[in-house]
Amino acid sequence: MKAILILADKEIRDGLRNRWVLGTILSFAGLALSLAFLGSAPVGTTRAGALTVAVASLSSLTVYLMPLIALMLGFDALVGELERGTMLLLLSYPVTRWQVVLGKFLGHLAILAVAVLIGYGSAGLLLVWSADWRLEGGGAYLAMMGSSVLLGGVFVALGYLVSVLARERSAAAGWALGLWLFAVVLYDLGLLAIVVSAGDALGARQFVALLLASPTDAYRILNLIGNEAVAVVAGLAGAAAKAGIGSLAPVSAMLVWLALPLIATLTLFQRREL
Amino acid sequence: MSVQPAIALEGVCKRYGASEVVHDVHLRLAAGESLALLGHNGAGKTTLIKLMLGLTRPSAGSVRICGRQPRERGFSALRARIGYLPENVMFHDTMTGRELLTFYARLKGQPRSAVPALLEQVGLGAAMDRRVRAYSKGMRQRLGLAQALLGDPLLLLLDEPTTGLDPLLKRQFYALVAERQKQGASVLLSSHALSEIEARTDRIAIMRSGRLVACGTLAELRRAAGCPTRIRVRIAAAARDAVLAAADGFGEVHLLGPDAVEFACRNGTKMDLLRRVSALGSIVEDIEIVPPTLEDVYNRFSEAAEPQ
Repeated sequence: MKAILILADKEIRDGLRNRWVLGTILSFAGLALSLAFLGSAPVGTTRAGALTVAVASLSSLTVYLMPLIALMLGFDALVGELERGTMLLLLSYPVTRWQVVLGKFLGHLAILAVAVLIGYGSAGLLLVWSADWRLEGGGAYLAMMGSSVLLGGVFVALGYLVSVLARERSAAAGWALGLWLFAVVLYDLGLLAIVVSAGDALGARQFVALLLASPTDAYRILNLIGNEAVAVVAGLAGAAAKAGIGSLAPVSAMLVWLALPLIATLTLFQRREL
Repeated sequence: MSVQPAIALEGVCKRYGASEVVHDVHLRLAAGESLALLGHNGAGKTTLIKLMLGLTRPSAGSVRICGRQPRERGFSALRARIGYLPENVMFHDTMTGRELLTFYARLKGQPRSAVPALLEQVGLGAAMDRRVRAYSKGMRQRLGLAQALLGDPLLLLLDEPTTGLDPLLKRQFYALVAERQKQGASVLLSSHALSEIEARTDRIAIMRSGRLVACGTLAELRRAAGCPTRIRVRIAAAARDAVLAAADGFGEVHLLGPDAVEFACRNGTKMDLLRRVSALGSIVEDIEIVPPTLEDVYNRFSEAAEPQ
């Protein structure tokens, strides 16, 4: 356990040193603040709290941005160190390979958590302040922050899988980009095509299963229709009532999506010869 | 400390696909002993060291380090007592020397307080708070040695440790390693030239195309190599034939010009030849004796024809 923490600590320091943390915090804060204050203008004064509106708009964009940032952190993690030659020395130390992977994962997750906490947290506080400290929607906002970190964890893990499979760093970068495109755009397009062509043949249960099979859609379900007030703002209240999915299913789906690539990475890395 | 040999390789083979980079290597390094592993690039030295560290698995044979197999449970703990310096060591460039060595010290369970003294010892005291990106090749190599020396190692595995170092740094480098050996560490260092190592290690092993072709002390290798001692004789004009006649039957003769001849003497014929030549009197103007260099001895083993 100690070795994992030492390795995580080093990843965090690396992140601070090469401005990864700063850049991520700034992009999250910028996104959150601009959406919170500019994005609420067309809504005008609604019954819904400012935070509730922010969850709807912010989670719709996080679903694109977070996977991209997480994959950028993840794709380099193993192939980069193997290519630069630093992995050789590290593995001659009293650390096992799974400790190396888990240590990196913990460090990268911490970087994303700090960025979300500061970036989204500061925007949330500003919103609450501007709404005369009305805390309406605070729970949904916190849930969104937490699930955003979880989404980040899923794509860091997927990034590692790309990193352990690729022979070269540049190839890993290409695969990561392709994976991002598939996960945030192509999968949903495919799903849309299925829905249109299948018509009534596709039951509600199968449809929900197909949504949960994608970590990004699980994230959307959790944040856009998981909370009733947010669903109203997002215009998905009907869907929410029909689907009847709690938060357990999407959270579990995301946890599975985090665990599977991580386990696959550990297995492949264990077998890798240096 | 155990009485187990630091390194015991038995019949070790390593294949990558169809090519065999290590073939049937038997090698033993007693505790406290030092060994130089020599060979050209691609002879299999680095693979052999990786096999010792468990970074790669042998295709056949057994590897034991201090009595333990690199893949068995608990070997990880033993790694804290093994110092490894990879060929062309690479570091995370954005960290300072002190940060890096602290990271490695913590992984080996060593106190942070040991770091500055160790950096001072390898001559990086003044540069320890500069980023490694700004380090020269020699400084990186010294940082590499510092991390290998962390935690009172039982075994040092140094892969081409002095390539790119100037002669002064080389001497300092070997002095630091010798000091650790005096404290009981076993040392294996690889190199691509015997002249680099000279007599700095107890024994020398030479690899060629994945095979161990020689192993012994420098004196043993010299004897086994049977390289000729060259004797160059400078002669007064027009007296060459007299010298050639006197030295008839002493092996190879090279005519270097009308007034110079070189003889290649093997197996203790040197003194005989010298006596005969000097008996010729004043027609011999000069005699130069060139014993086989370390390079000659090394080339004898590392460049001999492939076994059929």
